Amino acid sequence: MELDFSVVIEYFPRLLTGTWMTIKLVLLSIVLGALVALPIALARISKNWLISGVPFAFIFFFRGTPLLVQIFLVYYGASQFEAVRESFMWPILREPFWCAIIAFTLNTSAYTAEIFRGAIQAIPEGEVEACKVIGMTKAQMYRRILLPRAFGIVLPAYGNEIILMLKASALASTITLLDLTGMARTIIARTYTPIEIFLAAGGIYLVISILVIYIFRQVEKRQNRYLGTLSIKVPDKG
Amino acid sequence: MLDLHGFGDQLLQGASITIQLALCSLAVGLVLGLLGASAKLSNIKPLQWIANFYTTIIRGVPELLTVLIIYFGATTVLMSIASVFGYEEYIEIGPFAAGVTALGLTFGAYATEVFRGALQAIPKGQHEAAIVLGMSSQRKFFRIILPQVWRVALPGIGNLFLVLLKDTALVSVVGLEDIMRKANVAVSNTKEPFLFYLVAAFMYLALTIVSMAVVHFLEKRASRGLSRG
Repeated sequence: MELDFSVVIEYFPRLLTGTWMTIKLVLLSIVLGALVALPIALARISKNWLISGVPFAFIFFFRGTPLLVQIFLVYYGASQFEAVRESFMWPILREPFWCAIIAFTLNTSAYTAEIFRGAIQAIPEGEVEACKVIGMTKAQMYRRILLPRAFGIVLPAYGNEIILMLKASALASTITLLDLTGMARTIIARTYTPIEIFLAAGGIYLVISILVIYIFRQVEKRQNRYLGTLSIKVPDKG
Repeated sequence: MLDLHGFGDQLLQGASITIQLALCSLAVGLVLGLLGASAKLSNIKPLQWIANFYTTIIRGVPELLTVLIIYFGATTVLMSIASVFGYEEYIEIGPFAAGVTALGLTFGAYATEVFRGALQAIPKGQHEAAIVLGMSSQRKFFRIILPQVWRVALPGIGNLFLVLLKDTALVSVVGLEDIMRKANVAVSNTKEPFLFYLVAAFMYLALTIVSMAVVHFLEKRASRGLSRG
C-alpha cells in the first residue's frame, strides 16, 4: 500500500473551505438550538401533563430517530406538499444549507433541553425554598437564581453536546452541502485517494474537538470559580 | 389508511438488515470495550497508550467519516496485507462488513469508558475473596467480576446501544439495504418523500422503544440478587 500525502497538501485549502462550512453549521445550530431548548426544558419540567406532554413527545421523537432521517424529512420531505412549495417558506426550504440548519437545530434542541432539565432539577431544593422565603416571584427566582446556577452545572454536558453536534454535522454532506466531509468526498471523486483525504479530514475534526474541550474547560473554571478547586460533575447523557 | 404503494415488505426487509447490523456491531463493540477497559486498567504502559489512542481518535471523528474510511479504505488495506502473503486477487469488503467494523469500533470506544468505570466500581474485597477461595485469575474474572461489571455497566451500555441503533442509518450511505436505503428507493419510485421518511422514522422509534424495554428487563434481571434498599 502506498499512501501519497501530497494530495492532502494540494487540496488543503479546499478542506479548509469545508471546515469553515462545518463551523458555520455547528455554531448556528448550537445557538439556535439553545434558544429553542430553554422553553422546551421549562415546559418539560411542569407537573401539568397538558404542558409537559408536547415537549416530551418532541424530545422522544428527535432523540429516538436517526438524524439522517430528520435531515431527509426536512430537505426532501417538505417539498412533497404543494402548499409548502408555494409558501413564503420555500426560498428557505429549497436551500440545503437552511434545511441542514433546521434539522440540526431541532435535533440538538431536544438533547439540550434534557441537559437543561437535568441541570435545573439538580439544584438543591433548599435554594428554591430560600427564594420563596425571601419572597421572590417565580420569574425572579428563575432569572436570578435557578438559571445562572443551572448554567454552571450544565457546562460539562453542554460541551459534550457541541462535540456530538460537530460530528453529526458530517451528515450535511448527504444533502449536497460541501462541509468538511462533503468537500473530502468531492476531492476523492477526483483524486481516488480516499484514505489520505479522509484521514486528513478526520484529523481536522479531531483538532476542532480538542479546541472545544479546551475552551469549555476554561469557561467551566471561570463559571464555577466560587466552588474553589472543586468542579461539579454532571452525569453524561450517554 | 396508510398507502405504502407495496413498499411495506421492502421496508420490513430493511428493518431486518438494520437489526442484524445493530446486533453484530453490538457483539463486536462489547468485546472491544472489555478489551479496551482491561488495557486501560492494566499496568502495562504500551497497552494503556494503545487504548487511549483508540478511544481518543474514534470519539473525535464523525461516525459517518469512520464508515466512509472503513468502506473505501479497507479494500486497499486488506489487499496490501494480502499481497504480503502472495495473494494478488481483488478483495472487496461489502457495506455490511464495513458497517459492522465501523459501528463496532465506535461502540467499543465508548463502551471502553463504561466498562472501565464499572470495573473500578467492583469492591476490592470481591477480588480478594475470589483469590482466597483459590480461584485462578481467569475463573475469578468470568465467575465473580464480569457478572457484577455487567450489572453496573448495563445502563450505560443500554444508552450506547440506542445511539448505535440510530447510527446504523449511516451505513445506508455506502449502499447497505437497510431501512433508510429502502425508504430512499420507495421515495424515488413514488415521489412521496415525507410519507416514507416519516414511516422510516417511526420504524426506528419502534426499534428504540423495544430496545428500551429489553434493557429495562435485563437491568431488572441483572440486579435480582440485590435487595431493594
